[in-house]
Amino acid sequence: MEYTDTELMVTAAANRLRDGDSVLVGIGVPNLACNLAKRTHAPDLTMVYESGVIDANPSSLPLSIGDPVLVSGAMNLESLHGGFNYYLQAGRLDAGFLGGAQIDRHGNINSTVIGDYEDPDVRLPGSGGACEIASNVERTLVVTPHDRRRFPEKVDFVTSPGYLDGDGEREELGLRGGPAAVITDMAVMGFEDGEMVVESLHPGVERSAVQEATGWELQFSDDLTTTPVPSDDTLQLIREELDPDGVYL
Amino acid sequence: MSSVTSMSEAVSSAIDDGDSVYLAGFTHLIPFAAGHEIIRQEYSNLTIGRATPDLVYDQMIAAGCVEKVVFSWAGNPGVGSLHAFRRAAEDDVPNAIELEEYTHFGMATRLYAGAVDLPFVPLKTFAGSDLPDHNDNIRPVESPFGDEEVYAVPPLTPDVAVVRAQRADEDGNCHLWGIHGEQKEAALAADTVILSVEELVDTATIRSDPNRTLVTGDEVDYVVNCPYGSHPSYAQGYYDRDNEAYLNWDETARTVEDTEAWLEEYVHGVADREEYIRKLSSDRLLDLQAGNSYSVPVDLGGS
Repeated sequence: MEYTDTELMVTAAANRLRDGDSVLVGIGVPNLACNLAKRTHAPDLTMVYESGVIDANPSSLPLSIGDPVLVSGAMNLESLHGGFNYYLQAGRLDAGFLGGAQIDRHGNINSTVIGDYEDPDVRLPGSGGACEIASNVERTLVVTPHDRRRFPEKVDFVTSPGYLDGDGEREELGLRGGPAAVITDMAVMGFEDGEMVVESLHPGVERSAVQEATGWELQFSDDLTTTPVPSDDTLQLIREELDPDGVYL
Repeated sequence: MSSVTSMSEAVSSAIDDGDSVYLAGFTHLIPFAAGHEIIRQEYSNLTIGRATPDLVYDQMIAAGCVEKVVFSWAGNPGVGSLHAFRRAAEDDVPNAIELEEYTHFGMATRLYAGAVDLPFVPLKTFAGSDLPDHNDNIRPVESPFGDEEVYAVPPLTPDVAVVRAQRADEDGNCHLWGIHGEQKEAALAADTVILSVEELVDTATIRSDPNRTLVTGDEVDYVVNCPYGSHPSYAQGYYDRDNEAYLNWDETARTVEDTEAWLEEYVHGVADREEYIRKLSSDRLLDLQAGNSYSVPVDLGGS
């Protein structure tokens, strides 16, 4: 079956989730990826939201991270302070999804400003819980479109720390985990010694195209592979059950 | 001691120009009716705080009520940007606004410090981020029991908090269920508290389920009975989020003209929340009706 870029990204993101993971979820692709993983290889995955919803079991797609469908049937609700305090700060979450306007070669993420902080060209929404997620989960997973604007060598502003300068500064600051994967519409990247490395190219995507869409000389894994495409069963599950109205596809 | 009054009375009695106000709510139970009343009464130079400034803060900024925003995520949740917020931050329209920026945990911890009257509270976030370079209220502290360094934030104590809950008695003892956000900390941290609820109930209803109590009436100064007071946000079990309104605002707020026309029609053009709700079609309100999902009653025992 033919598949869309989004369906491939959902599948690739789901493949990064493990059974038993507690995952800080966002809406859109991350939400679909968690639901796909739960319905396939990770039935014991727990979905946690910034809004304090612990182990959500939504009957339909949430429109925001605080949607009422996340509350009905959830296992637990924490206050805003309680969720960040007891769950994130305490290191209870295994993985977390982040987006952002910019991500750099060391996995630092900017969702604050484009340009100068005091006189910004573009004022973005800001951290929200992103800094806490990036600082406290074991594996940060980033889902983003791939283009040169979004992949500068250095972000304009570090909202959420990745591997900082890539020389062990993250560990020195006592931050947990770190960026584990960046999933785009062109490739899947991991990190080696604090630097982004392309692990797989999506079918039909050339190495040169990914390099062209990235603002620094990109490393490619010695074991570079092709990203597995979603199976027919997976596509059917995504289209007919997970996002039947095609909100995000 | 609290008193039951109208939103108009509560706002005019509680808030002065130049005050710091905190309209609480994290995606759920956003106090839209209170925000619109503040616009209608043409307040100015307010410092507005909230983890998630959303449409109602965008509207207050567009109306020129605001001098400063203390926040951690300024966006249209699930949709995109806040265009009036951006116009003020990027182009000083209708006036320049000062920004004081945190993370969600930073904001929640500031309110917590305010609620429990501590001079500062340490927290594990901000290390490696550029945020501390731009906010003097985020400072590193060394553990008095070792050499570990963490960050700390000072208390946030708004002059006035507006909090929302599903139901309260006339004294302001209130029940909230669903997403709590920072409603409790905001109520405990603020000097003056306006509580706005979907319905007034008798005290026996509150006492029947004390685990569900958000705060007691001792913390509340004004109680406002305000059905649909959170539209287009939602009230768990009462009505769902009006997503169309969030999508429409993304279009409306793109120009000053459309924004002002919207404020004229839906805020200045109505006397109060009841008249605002009457402007919405009954089909639309019926579409927003929440389904039913009851919790199993608990037995609190007794003699």
